[in-house]
Amino acid sequence: MSTVLDTPPQPPAPADHDLAALAARHGLTVSGARPSLPEYVRRLWARRHFITAFATAKLTAQYSQAKLGQVWQVMTPLLNAAVYYFIFGVLLGTKHGVPDYIPFLVTGVFIWTFTQSSIMAGTRAISGNLGLVRALHFPRAALPISFCLQQLQQLLFSMAALIVILLCFGVPVSASWLLAFPALVLQFTFNAGVSMIMARWGAKTPDIAQLMPFILRTWMYVSGVMWSLDKLAKNDHLPHIVKVALAANPAAVYIDLMRFALIDSFHAGQLPHHVWPLAVGWALVAGVGGFIYFWKAEETYGRG
Amino acid sequence: MAEHPNEKIPTVVADGVDIVYRVNGTGAGRGSATAALNRIVRRKQTEKASGVRRVHAVKNVSFVAYRGEAIGLIGTNGSGKSTLLKAVAGLLPVENGHIYTDGQPSLLGVNAALMNDLTGERNVHLGGLAMGMSREQVRDRYQEIVDFSGINEKGDFITLPMRTYSSGMAARLRFSIAAAKDHDVLLIDEALATGDRSFQKRSEERIRELRKHAGTVFLVSHNNKSIRDTCDRVLWLERGELRMDGPTEDVLKEYEAFTGDKAPKPKPQPKVAVPS
Repeated sequence: MSTVLDTPPQPPAPADHDLAALAARHGLTVSGARPSLPEYVRRLWARRHFITAFATAKLTAQYSQAKLGQVWQVMTPLLNAAVYYFIFGVLLGTKHGVPDYIPFLVTGVFIWTFTQSSIMAGTRAISGNLGLVRALHFPRAALPISFCLQQLQQLLFSMAALIVILLCFGVPVSASWLLAFPALVLQFTFNAGVSMIMARWGAKTPDIAQLMPFILRTWMYVSGVMWSLDKLAKNDHLPHIVKVALAANPAAVYIDLMRFALIDSFHAGQLPHHVWPLAVGWALVAGVGGFIYFWKAEETYGRG
Repeated sequence: MAEHPNEKIPTVVADGVDIVYRVNGTGAGRGSATAALNRIVRRKQTEKASGVRRVHAVKNVSFVAYRGEAIGLIGTNGSGKSTLLKAVAGLLPVENGHIYTDGQPSLLGVNAALMNDLTGERNVHLGGLAMGMSREQVRDRYQEIVDFSGINEKGDFITLPMRTYSSGMAARLRFSIAAAKDHDVLLIDEALATGDRSFQKRSEERIRELRKHAGTVFLVSHNNKSIRDTCDRVLWLERGELRMDGPTEDVLKEYEAFTGDKAPKPKPQPKVAVPS
């Protein structure tokens, strides 16, 4: 069909004899190729200000149309906690046997929400931002990390609310509160790692975003967000291995660590065995593994 | 082969490039639910039967672009111009062939990184960082960007959320942010015709300036006049194939004969380049 293809013999005439050799001679590189892992980390570090600015911008934009504005940052988690208190504390009476049930519940809900929304946001990090991925160059890992950072900022608002709740319910201020910081850092690393894995899956199969809420809800119910996992310890029907698995699951580990740090009636005996090695281990496995897994498909994001 | 002292330096080499889009859920004849199920169950099956449509957007395109060139990409709608541009930028993977580039070509456009709910001020920062500028660079260029956009000519609008801007104002701010950075290889997709007449003049000026700093410029446009003004070489794509490659005048003459448009007038409402 190309009848007009009579390219005049002039300078840029594509010399058909090996364009690849020409490119190689002038040191041209393949456009959009995946950088090596150290180079990738370096580029990601160079974009750290973009990552934080993007996270803060998303957080601010979230409630900018609401009349109460940023007050919702604190109101939303509080309302969530109220709903769970009403259902599990008042109606179902899960609170029997748990001292300081409200601080216990609210800590669980907030810490769980952090992991849950990080993973949900991670699942859509690439598939929901194709416009950005197809328009600008940056290490794509910036997106899931940025979304997790947004959730971390959100959590810090919630933690402010939580501290007020703790003080209202007469939980004493203690030095163990400082343990909240390492616990949060570990949880953030874990969340970011899982988000990157989910981001890669979600980029290839956007349907996963439809499935995730169900998986996450199941995960929430088995992680002792509204009830104390050590109730299970007294349950003889469950095989021992299941109890260990439930207590060692990362969500339960991070939730219990935070409860241990903040609530004085939550004593060390309620923590799973080897809780700190578990917390560090989950963070390292998910964080490093997720990052490498995500990087492996770097050049394919945004296709189609 | 020995290097000649005045041999032209290539900046972009496209070697037999094919680009194929795959579109899910076009349901090849059957109900799309069965097609979807089929797609999952029988992964290895031919894509057509499982309801995935392949759109062959660019077919076997080869060219070499040299430093200092400004190259126009023309063709009727849907001929693969923007797709080719994205592939050169490394944002779309190629199916066959290779694209080699000198450094990192960048698309002129930050629309996707900006958020309508944020103030113009924060968007300038966000857009600058998204393009890979450092915080200091953004701070240094901030006033320049705002002045160039002319957003503040009618009052203090830069501190209002972008959703309150008129479409013209928003387009001006977007262009100003995008044009604030210098690029090695610059790819422009219909960016010239935004805003009112006086802003268009300013942006053409800015494009020329960017050209001076950039090694090579690619411009996609339906406006033959702006191609004539800025480009010295033109690639004509038609149905994904490279139909002609040559000096601007030669190619445009053929193109105008092809489109039956003897006296080309600038399109009043050019296609907005939304990367989605």
